[in-house]
Order: sequence, then structure tokens, then C-alpha cells
Amino acid sequence: MQKDLVSISEISKDDIELILDTASSFRDVLRRDIKKVPTLRGKTVVNLFFEPSTRTRTSFELAEKRLSTDVFNFSVPTSSVVKGESLLDTVRTIQSYGADYIVIRHSASGVPHFIAQNVDASVINAGDGINEHPTQALLDAFTIRERKKDIKGLEIALVGDIVHSRVARSNILCLLKLGANLRLIGPPTLIPNTLPEGIRVFHDMDEGLKGVDVIMMLRIQMERMGKGFFPSTREYFKLWGINCERLSIARKDAIVMHPGPMNRGIEISSEVADGAQSVILDQVTNGIAVRMAVLYLLGGSRNAE
Amino acid sequence: MPNSAFIIKNGFIIDPSQNIEGVGDLLVENGKIAGIYFKNGKKDPKKNGAANKEIKTIDASGRYVLPGLIDMHVHLREPGFEHKENINTGTRAAVNGGFTSVCCMPNTDPVNDNATVTSYIIKKAREQGICNVYPIGAITKAQKGEELAEFGMMREAGCIGFSDDGHPVTNSLMMRRALEYSKIFDSPIISHCEDLLLADSGVMNEGAVSSMLGLKGIPSGAEDIMVARDILLAKLTGGRLHIAHVSTKCSVALIRRAKEQGIRVTAETCPHYFTITDKAVIGYNTSAKVNPPLRTEEDIEAIKEGLRDGTIDVIATDHAPHHKDEKLQEFDKAPSGISGLETALGLSLALVRNGVISMKQLAEKMCLNPSLITGVRAGNLKQGSDADIVIIDQDAEFTVDADKLLSKGKNTPFCGVKLKGLPVITIVKGNIYERQH
Repeated sequence: MQKDLVSISEISKDDIELILDTASSFRDVLRRDIKKVPTLRGKTVVNLFFEPSTRTRTSFELAEKRLSTDVFNFSVPTSSVVKGESLLDTVRTIQSYGADYIVIRHSASGVPHFIAQNVDASVINAGDGINEHPTQALLDAFTIRERKKDIKGLEIALVGDIVHSRVARSNILCLLKLGANLRLIGPPTLIPNTLPEGIRVFHDMDEGLKGVDVIMMLRIQMERMGKGFFPSTREYFKLWGINCERLSIARKDAIVMHPGPMNRGIEISSEVADGAQSVILDQVTNGIAVRMAVLYLLGGSRNAE
Repeated sequence: MPNSAFIIKNGFIIDPSQNIEGVGDLLVENGKIAGIYFKNGKKDPKKNGAANKEIKTIDASGRYVLPGLIDMHVHLREPGFEHKENINTGTRAAVNGGFTSVCCMPNTDPVNDNATVTSYIIKKAREQGICNVYPIGAITKAQKGEELAEFGMMREAGCIGFSDDGHPVTNSLMMRRALEYSKIFDSPIISHCEDLLLADSGVMNEGAVSSMLGLKGIPSGAEDIMVARDILLAKLTGGRLHIAHVSTKCSVALIRRAKEQGIRVTAETCPHYFTITDKAVIGYNTSAKVNPPLRTEEDIEAIKEGLRDGTIDVIATDHAPHHKDEKLQEFDKAPSGISGLETALGLSLALVRNGVISMKQLAEKMCLNPSLITGVRAGNLKQGSDADIVIIDQDAEFTVDADKLLSKGKNTPFCGVKLKGLPVITIVKGNIYERQH
């Protein structure tokens, strides 16, 4: 493994599979009564979140603690960033605290790359702008593999705001590397103009769901509405929301995923979210295992140096 | 004091203003061009009265001798942003790049939207600059796009054109008025063509690369639409329009058609728009962040064709120096701009070597045409003109090293690139400067 995990686009299929296999062992650890292992004792992790996040940050923090690292959280409203410190100075300061890992989330695309170039610590991207969210894609792949065994050849649909979604972008890259057949469903305003080859685009949800094994719903951000990406949430739900009736168009054993937090009644109905085909809560648990695997593997490369 | 007299011998002299192309000697006296003498034996300067004394000789054998280059689009950043550049360092960078005249954009602080600021810049340039500095005034007060600035008074103070560069005039009626009102002075309205609403919060060209990097894109249409609008307004008003920094294929086509129709429009492009594509941004490279953004191979080809067939009149640099710390930031946050004065000639000579344009065309686009468009009295080697001259060694190679640029702005995407062709000597009003590094 490389020093950093900044994007799915920069890691190989073999690396992805190594992370997923390693995550399986950590998934077993999480099923035990005592969920903590001493693997990374003495290592320091800094969670550097420039954007509000509860789920991803909590998931990382749990993963870090279960590997016995020392964790500290650096969140923006309480930091010197609000006093006008530059990003580079903030990061260099954190490096000087002796951080072995920096987990970063930032609203600007490319920031994890920028930081990785400027520090010795391993940098893990926890979401950058509209670019990537690699650990989310890895945990999604892990969850699919858990249910469907092999991702190769599966029909997977991503539904909703693809253009602004780092989750979608990382998933597209990851699932293509693992051999899935991808389709994107949503209004033309929310689908990118340029896409990797072989991806099918549907604006008609019913058409797009035919024969699908996996449905990944994406969160709709309300602020998009005012900017003309779509006219209203009720029209959105009518055209691209998932309910039981729509779900029946997909394969009988199709699973429904959502990275959270959900907007019930806007992109997903409660019946589907809480239904038998939903794996949304599995995604949450798997997220911890996958993040443990990433920390463990990046640490391994550091120790080998 | 300028060397009272010297002679540049055996250079290949090109001056499109007099249709001169040939090997000869160029005599300079008291900071002025005293004459050109060709090797065909018509005249020998040694036999002239002035040359009877032993005078200094600069050997230009195997080199080109051109009128000093004119850059009609630079940002000298003074007043207000002296941490990025000032008139002293900016003009030194210009001379190091072969430029003897620069036209500086008004987006300073305060904005050059009145005669007082214009006079300040001219005074500073006289005291601290080492080349000619011609200010460009703002089109609207504070570049806000709301009220016309005082063209007449700024013109009198020394402005050679008007532009809201960096802050395009969104209001079509205001742009119409500017094109109409400026007709009294025959000054060009230099338009930074960008539909700001369509560009939205984009930070690079919209396309495959922006998709790959997850950066918000600016579609080429954001430029094309405004080029089309401004051409139509130039047609409506009969005003003189100059399109700044053309970066798209469609802009070139629109300008070509407008010229065919006899609309008074001229255009410039910059070396980065005919040399590198949006791929230079890969790795979130902020030194390749520029506005308009770097485009695609297809656009490069169209711009080269535009330069070749005369659709694009001028090569300018849009020299936009920034402080190192400003570029060492999040890509979204880093300011746009490339420090271009010291690499422009090398990059433009590549066009000559690759057969896109001739050396004479290069001299037209970097000397004659900018002088015709702006009306500055420079860009020629006529007898009696200021001795603004550049001597170019077209075979000299150099590797771009940002730290060695004389400009304070080290922001270049050409770092480490090997360029061929150097302005080995630049002469401003008879003062001789050798290329540094």
C-alpha cells in the first residue's frame, strides 16, 4: 500500500481487494464482546474536519479507538483556522504534534492531495469537495460483497445527485475497477457530461431499475433546489425517489443502499429504508471495519519503510 | 544616461512597420534609432559622421533584432498589491522577457478608474520602472459595472485603453455605452469575456479533466457567449473592441466571422493558451489555475490557426503575478493567474520553429499590432523612434526556474520546461539590459 489513501482513482484493484479482505477480519473483531485490539498502540491519529460531519467522523474515531491509537479531533470552529491560519500552517502544526495519520475532510476538492504532498504522516481522505470519499466507496463495496459475493458482472444503479456527490464519484471508480456494470439514474442537471466509458445513463427511473442487483440512493441536498437543478422535492420524489412499487421493478433479490443521512420521503420512502432489502445499517457497521483495515494497511507500509 | 551611440551589427533585422527583413546594422544615438544599414552595400554607417568616432558595437550575428516587444496585457499590481508585484519588479521582469513597453490593467487597489491613480502609476513608473508603462483605465467606477469611469480625464492622464479585466461588464447596456463613449478618443475597449453567472463557481475548464479531478468546471460557453455579445455590441455601436486572452475554439471562429463582416474587433491570446491544456491542472496544480482556464488540444489548434491567419492580432502575457503563499492553498481558494513576462518569448518562438507563424508574424503580434491597437508610440525601428530594441538568440536554450524569475510572481506552470529562444539583450530608450539567468 502507498503512504496515503487520497482517492480511489489512485489505488489498484489489488489494493482495493486487499483492503476488503482485511476488513473482513476486522468485521469479525467487531462481532466480539471485547471489540478492541492493540494493533496500532502508540500511534497517533488526528481527525481534521473542516466540514461538519457526524457519521464519518464517528466511524473513523471508533475505528481508530478499536485499533488502540491515540486520537485527537481537530475541528474547525475551535481552531486557529478561524483566526486566519493557512491550511498549510495548520497541517504542519499537526505534523509537529507527531501525528502518524491525518484523517481529513474539506469542502475543497484536492485538499487531501495537497496535504499528502506536504506532510510525512499518512493522509486519509474522509471526503474532499465534490471529488472523492474513498472509504465510503470501500465500505459500500464491502457491503455489496457481503451480500452478493462477487461484484464482477453485477448490475448496479446509482440514483440521484451524481454531479455533486463525492460518494458517487468514488463508488463509480471503485465499482468499475471491481468489474460491475454501472448505470446512473437522475435528472440531466445532476448527471456529469463526461463519464468513463461503458456507463449507462437513465433519466427514467423505472427504465433504469430493470434487472438491477444493487440500488445506491444518494442524498439530495436541499440547497440545490434554489439553483435550478430540480424544481421541487415532491417532483423529485415522484420522478426519482424510491418506494416499494419502484423497488419491485428491480431484481427480486436487489439490495438498497444509502450513504446517509437520508431524507425520508424525498429520495427514499420509509418502507424501503426500513424494509427487508435495505442494507443501510450494515453499511454503517461495515464502515468501521473498512476504516480499521485502511489504518492498519497504511500503518503497515509505514512500518516497512 | 543612455550610451550616447552604439551600433548593433550583423543582426537579422525585422520591423514589420517598415516591411524590413534582412541582415544589417542598426545605429542608435542618444536613445533614438539613428538608422538601419543593410549589408547589400547601400549605406555603411562607418562612413556616417556619427560613426566616425570609435563607437560601442554589439555583435548580433546570427541573431534576430526586433523592435522591443509590447505586452498590452499585464498586471503590475501597484498600487495595492505590492506583495505580488510592483512597478519596479514588474518592469524588470518585462525587460528580462524582451518587452520594452507594457500596458497595465486597472484592477489595483484603488482601482485605476480616475486620473489621479493613472498619474500615480505613470509617476511611479518614471521613478522606479525600467521600461515604458502605459496604464489601462477601468471601464466602470471601481470595476463594479455600474457607472462609466472618467475616460476623458484618464485618457488625458495617459491611459491608452479601458478594461474591466478580471471583473467583466455583465450589464450589456453598460458595455454598449462604453463602446459608444470611447469612440471620441478612439481608445479600445478591452473585454475580458466571461459570463460570470454561467461560469458560476468553476475553477478550471469544464470537461473530462475537471470531471476526473472533481473540480467545478467553467464551460467554454462562458467565454463564447460574451465574445458573441461584445462583437454584436461593437457592430451596433461602431466602437473599437479588443478581446482579451482568447482561449476557446469558438471565440476564434466568432472573431474571424466578425472581422470578415468588417466589425472593428481585434483580439489577443496568451502563450499558455497555445501551449498547454487543462491536463496541466492534474495533481491540483495551482500554478496552472488561470482565468480564462486552460482548455483542450482542440482549442489550442484553433488558436494556432487564428494566429496563423491573422484572426488573433496579438500575443500578450496576461502576466498575473501572485505571492507564493497565495498559490500554496486549496485549489478552490488559490487566485487565478500565471506569471508570464519571462517565458512568453520562448513559448512564442516555439510557434515559429513549428511553422505555425513566421518570425515576421511574431514581430507583428508582439510589436506592431499592439502599438496599432493601443496607439502607443513604440513597436517600430523607424528613424527617430525611441531605441526600444530586442536582440533574440533563437537557439539559446534555458530551463524555466521559477525561483530565478525577476518577477515577484513565481507562479508558472512551465517550471522545469526547457524553452528555446532568449531575448539576450533588451534595449529601452538606448539603455542596454542583458538577460539575467
